[in-house]
Amino acid sequence: MSLFIVNILDGFVTGLLLFMLCSGLTLIFSMMGVLNFAHASFYMLGAYFAYQISLLTGFWVGLIVAPVIVGVIGAFIERYGLRRVHKYGHVPELIFTFGLALLIEEIVQFFWGKSQMAYEAPEILDFAAFSIAGNTFPAYKVFMIFVALGIFLVLLYILTKTRVGMTIQAALSYPETVQNLGHNVPLVFMGVFGVGTAMAGLAGVIAGPVLGTFPGMAVLLGSIVFVTIVIGGLGSLWGALAASLIIGWLQTFAASYNVRMEDILTGLGFTKPEPIWDSAWQDLWTLTLPQIGPILPYLLMIIVLVVRPQGLFGKRET
Amino acid sequence: MSTPSSTPLKAGTQRLIPLNHALPWIIAAVFLLILPYIFDSRSALTIMNQMAITIVFALSYNMLLGQGGMLSFGHAVYMGLGGFFSMHVLNWMSDDPWISLPFLPIFGGLFGLMFAIMIGAFSTRRAGTVFAMISLGVGELVAAMSVIIVIFFGGEEGVSGDRTELLDFFGMSFGPQRQVYYLTAVWLLIAALGMYLYSRTPIGRIANAVRDNEERAEFLGYSQRHVRWISFCASGFFAGIAGALFAINFEILTEENLNLATSGSILLVTFLGGVGFFVGPIIGAIVFTLLQTVLSLYTEIWALYLGILFVSTVMFFPFGLTGLLAIHIQPWKLGKISHLVVPYAKMFIPAVVGVLSAAAVLEILFHARHAGLGEEEMNLYGITFDSHAAMPLIIAIVLAVASFFALVKLAPGLKAAWDEATHMGGAKQ
Amino acid sequence: MKSIKKLALGVAVAGLAATGALAENVKIAFIDPLSGPFAATGTNGLHQYEFAAEKLVNEKGGVLGGTNFEIVPFDNKISPKESLIQLQVAIDQGIRYIVQGNSSGVANALTDAIKKHNERNPDSRVLFLNYSAVDPALTNEKCNFWHFRFDANADIKMDALTDVIAQNPDIKKMYIIGQDYSFGKAVASAAVSMLGAKRPDIEIVGNELHPIGKVKDFTPYARKITASGADAVITGNWGSDMLGLGKAIIDNGFEGPIYTYYAAADGITAAFGEAGVGTLKLVAEGGDAPPEKPEAQEYQKAFKAKYPDGNISQSRITNVIQMLAMAIDEAGTATDVVAVANALEGMTFNDSLWSNNPMTMRASDHQLIQDVHIYAHTQVEAPFDMDNSGFGLKYENSIAAAGEALPTSCEMERP
Repeated sequence: MSLFIVNILDGFVTGLLLFMLCSGLTLIFSMMGVLNFAHASFYMLGAYFAYQISLLTGFWVGLIVAPVIVGVIGAFIERYGLRRVHKYGHVPELIFTFGLALLIEEIVQFFWGKSQMAYEAPEILDFAAFSIAGNTFPAYKVFMIFVALGIFLVLLYILTKTRVGMTIQAALSYPETVQNLGHNVPLVFMGVFGVGTAMAGLAGVIAGPVLGTFPGMAVLLGSIVFVTIVIGGLGSLWGALAASLIIGWLQTFAASYNVRMEDILTGLGFTKPEPIWDSAWQDLWTLTLPQIGPILPYLLMIIVLVVRPQGLFGKRET
Repeated sequence: MSTPSSTPLKAGTQRLIPLNHALPWIIAAVFLLILPYIFDSRSALTIMNQMAITIVFALSYNMLLGQGGMLSFGHAVYMGLGGFFSMHVLNWMSDDPWISLPFLPIFGGLFGLMFAIMIGAFSTRRAGTVFAMISLGVGELVAAMSVIIVIFFGGEEGVSGDRTELLDFFGMSFGPQRQVYYLTAVWLLIAALGMYLYSRTPIGRIANAVRDNEERAEFLGYSQRHVRWISFCASGFFAGIAGALFAINFEILTEENLNLATSGSILLVTFLGGVGFFVGPIIGAIVFTLLQTVLSLYTEIWALYLGILFVSTVMFFPFGLTGLLAIHIQPWKLGKISHLVVPYAKMFIPAVVGVLSAAAVLEILFHARHAGLGEEEMNLYGITFDSHAAMPLIIAIVLAVASFFALVKLAPGLKAAWDEATHMGGAKQ
Repeated sequence: MKSIKKLALGVAVAGLAATGALAENVKIAFIDPLSGPFAATGTNGLHQYEFAAEKLVNEKGGVLGGTNFEIVPFDNKISPKESLIQLQVAIDQGIRYIVQGNSSGVANALTDAIKKHNERNPDSRVLFLNYSAVDPALTNEKCNFWHFRFDANADIKMDALTDVIAQNPDIKKMYIIGQDYSFGKAVASAAVSMLGAKRPDIEIVGNELHPIGKVKDFTPYARKITASGADAVITGNWGSDMLGLGKAIIDNGFEGPIYTYYAAADGITAAFGEAGVGTLKLVAEGGDAPPEKPEAQEYQKAFKAKYPDGNISQSRITNVIQMLAMAIDEAGTATDVVAVANALEGMTFNDSLWSNNPMTMRASDHQLIQDVHIYAHTQVEAPFDMDNSGFGLKYENSIAAAGEALPTSCEMERP
C-alpha cells in the first residue's frame, strides 16, 4: 500500500513535468497548426543553458535566465525560420522543425561535447522532504510539483481571464477574423512560440538535474511529448494536463509492478513449455510489464487515434 | 514558375512510356552497367550498393509523401520487416535451396506488402496529422518489438545469413561484390521503373488528386481512403524490396533497420532531393549517402553540416535540390540559359570560398575546443596550422564575411539576369 | 542528374584513394562511434589508441625494425550497417587490423562480416581485435579464428564479481537489474547461476530487465529495489541508463553496494560525484587504480597532459597495441595476418605497464585470460581521477586469471 502511494506521487511528478512541455506545444499547435518536432530540443537547450549559468552564478539565476534565453531563441526561430516556411504549407513546416531538432542536437554537441554534464540540484533543496516506508521523497521533487502547478494556474488565468488570452483563444479558432479586427496575428504567433519554447526551457532547467543533462535527452523525451498532446486532444490545456498525468502514472506503474506474462498464461490454463529457450513462444512467456512499459503510451495513442481522432479532450479533428 | 509537381509528368500521352521517355531509362541502364568499371574498389561498390538501396527506399517513401501527401515517421518498418523476412527465407532455404539469390527481393516485397495491407487498413483512414502520428506510433511499437521478440528479430545482434548458399545463377555465386552490385543495379532499375509506371497509371494519378483535394476526389467517385491505402500498399511493397536488397548486401539485419532514426533519415533524404519530382529521391539518396559515408571520413562534425544543409534546404529551396535544377528548365526551353552563365560564373568563386571558409570557422572552433593539449596543429584543405591561434580563425571569418558580402552584392545582377532569362519574348520592359 | 552522380562518386572515390596513398605504416582501423550519443566513449578510446601506439610502439622503435603503427579512425555511428561500410573502406586502404569495442551488436556484425570476407577474399584477410565488446557469444558459439577479445567477457567478470560477493556475509538479498538485450540478459543469467553455485543462501529478490535507452526516470525501479529489502544490486547497465539507475537508487536512500560493469568515465564518474562514494563498485580488468607503478603514473600523467578532458578508462587498449606489436615481430610480417594470428594465439604477455600481471590469449577461443578486479568509486587525487572530478576508481579486490576455469563452447576452425 505504501509503495502504491509512493508510485502515485512519482507518477504525479513525471506527469507534471511532461505537462510543462506539453502545454507550450499544444498552444503552438493550436495556433499555427504545426507540430513542433523541435520542442524537446528547446527543453534540452534550457537544461544546458541553466547548467552553464549555474557554473557561474548558481542554480537560481539559471532558473530565471535560461528559460528567457530559450524563449528569445524560440521567438527568433519563429520569426526568421518558421514564418518563412509557413507559406509552403504544413508538411514543410513540420519537416523544418524536424530538421531543427537534428540541428540543435548537433549544435549542443558542438559546444558542450558528448558527455553527460554534472548539472546538480541546488544544495538548499538537497534533503529528503519526507519518506514513506524507507522510500525518500526529495525536496527537489516537491519543488518541481509547485513550479509545474504554478505554471498551470498562471496559464489558465492568462488564457481565460486576460485580454491577451482572449485574443489568443480567438486567434486559435478564427485567425482571419482576428486579423481583420486589427490584431497583429503574426506578433501573437511569435509571442506564443516564444512563451511555449520558454516553458519547454523551464522544464529543461528543472528536469536536467533529475533526468540528466546529455545530448540524447531531447530524443528520449521527443516523441512522447507528441503522443501526450495527441492523446489529450490537440489544443486543449486540460487535455494536455489529463494526458500528461495518465502517461506519468501509466509509466510509473508499469515500471513498478512486475506483472509477468507467465503468470497470466498459466492462469489461463496454458502450460509453460520446457525448456523455455527451445520454444518458439519463449519471448511471449518471458515478457514482463516493465519491458513494455515505455511503449504503452504509443499503443494508447494508436487506439485513441483510431477510435477518437480528436483525442480525449479535443474539440475538433486535427 | 510552374508547379514542380507537374513538371516531370507534364507530357500527357496515351502510351505509358513514349520513346522519348524511354531514353533516360536506357541511359541509366548503360550507366549502371559501366559504373563498376570506373569505380572498382570494394568500398566504392559497397557505397554504390548502399546508394541503390537508399534510392529504392526513398522512391517508395516518396510514393507516400510526394504522390500521396502522407507524411510517415515509420516507413523503416516496411523495409525492415521485408529485410528480416528475406533473411529468414534465405536461412530457411540454405539447407535445401530451390531458388537463386536474385529472386529473394520478391519475397521481401511480398512481406512488405503484407504488413502494409495490415497496418494501412487502419492508419490510412485519415491523412494529415492523424496519419503521421499513427505512423510514429507503429514505428515505435515495431522498433520496440524488435528487441523484445528475440526469436524472430535476434535481439540486438540481429539476424545474419550467407547469401552464397542459394543456387548459383548462371554461374554466379554472389560472393564477390561486383556480382552483388549487378544484382542490386538490376533490381534498382526494375523497382524504379515499376514505381515510375505506377505513378502514371490511373490509380497513381488519383493519389495526386487525393493529395491535393480530398473532397473533390470523393465527388469524382473515388474513396480517398482506398486510394491512400492502395498507395500505401504499393509503397510497402517497394520498401520491402529495398529491405531484401539490404539483406543481400550486408547479410545482416538489426534493430537499426526498423528504428525511428532510419525512418527519420529517409524523410530527410527524400525532402532533400525534392518530393515533387520523380528523380528527387534519387538525387537525395546519392547526396545523403555520400555525406554520411564519405564526409564522415574527413570530419567529425559531418552531422552538423547535414543538419545545416537540411534546414537551409527546407527554408530556401522547399522543392529540394531537384527543384533547384528544375527551375532552369524554363530558361533552357526559352533558349536563354546563356543569360545565366555570366552571373553564375561571377558568383561561383565567392560561393565556394564562402562555403569553405564558413566550414573552416566551424572546424577551427571545434578543433580548438575538443582536441587534446599539444594537438594544436590541425590540417585543413591541405594547410597545416595552429588551431588555437587567433589568426587562422580571423582569416576564415574575414573570408566568410567577405564572400557573403560579395554574394549579396552580386545578387541583384543574378536576379536581373534571371528575370530576363525566364521572361518570354524580348528584353524586359 | 547523371553528371552529378558521376561527379559526386568521382570526388568520393578520389578521396578514398587519396587517404590510401600514405606511407608504409602498419595501419590499424579504429571503427567506433565518433559522432552521435556514444561519441564520447569512442573519441576517448581513439585517443587512448593513438597515445598507446605513439608511446609504446613508435617511440620504442616500431615493429619489424622500424615500422610505425598508425591508427586510422572510422566513424561507425554505432550502427552495424555503417560499420560494415567502413570495414570495406578500411580494407580498400590496405588495412589488415581492425579494432572495435563499443556495442556487442556491432562486434557481432563485424566478426560475421570479417569471417565471410576472409573466406571469400584470401588475399586481403583482416584480423578483428575486439577490445571491449563483452558478449560471451563472441568467444563461444560465434567464435572464429580472426576474432581476438582483449577484455574479460561478461561471464568472466561475473565469475570474479561473485567470487568477491561470496566472501561478503552481509549480503543476503540480491537484486539484479539490467537492460533488455543480449548483454543485460547474459549478466542476469550468469549472476543467477554463479550466485546459486557459490552462495546458495543469497536470495535473489529481484531479477528484471528494462527497455534499453528508453527509460526517462528510474525512480519507480529504485522504489521497487528498496521495497524488496535488497542488500546489494548487480547491474550491467551503461551510459545514461547506468547513470539514471544509479542516481535513482542512491537518491532513494539505498546504502548497500551497487555492483556495476560500466559506472565510470565519460562523464559518469563526475555526474555521480560524492553521491556514489561507498555504494558504487565496478568490476573490470586492468591494473592498480590509482596506479602505483611509476611507469603507470608517468604514462597516465602524460596522457592527461595531452588530453586534459580524457580518461585512461580502458587500460586493455595498451595490451592490444603491445600484444599486436609482439605478434607482428614474432611472425616477422605485418601483411600475413594468418601468421600474426597464429602468433597471437596462445601468446603469454607480461603487462609491465599497469601491473606485472601475466595474461594469456587462450588458444581455444581467443579470449584473453587476465586478472579481474573490483574497484570502488571514491575520492581520488588528480591526475588519477576521472572526468577531472576529484573522484575515480580505487582498487579493492582482485581475482587472478579470472575465468580460466570457465569452459567455452567454441569450435575454432583454423585456415
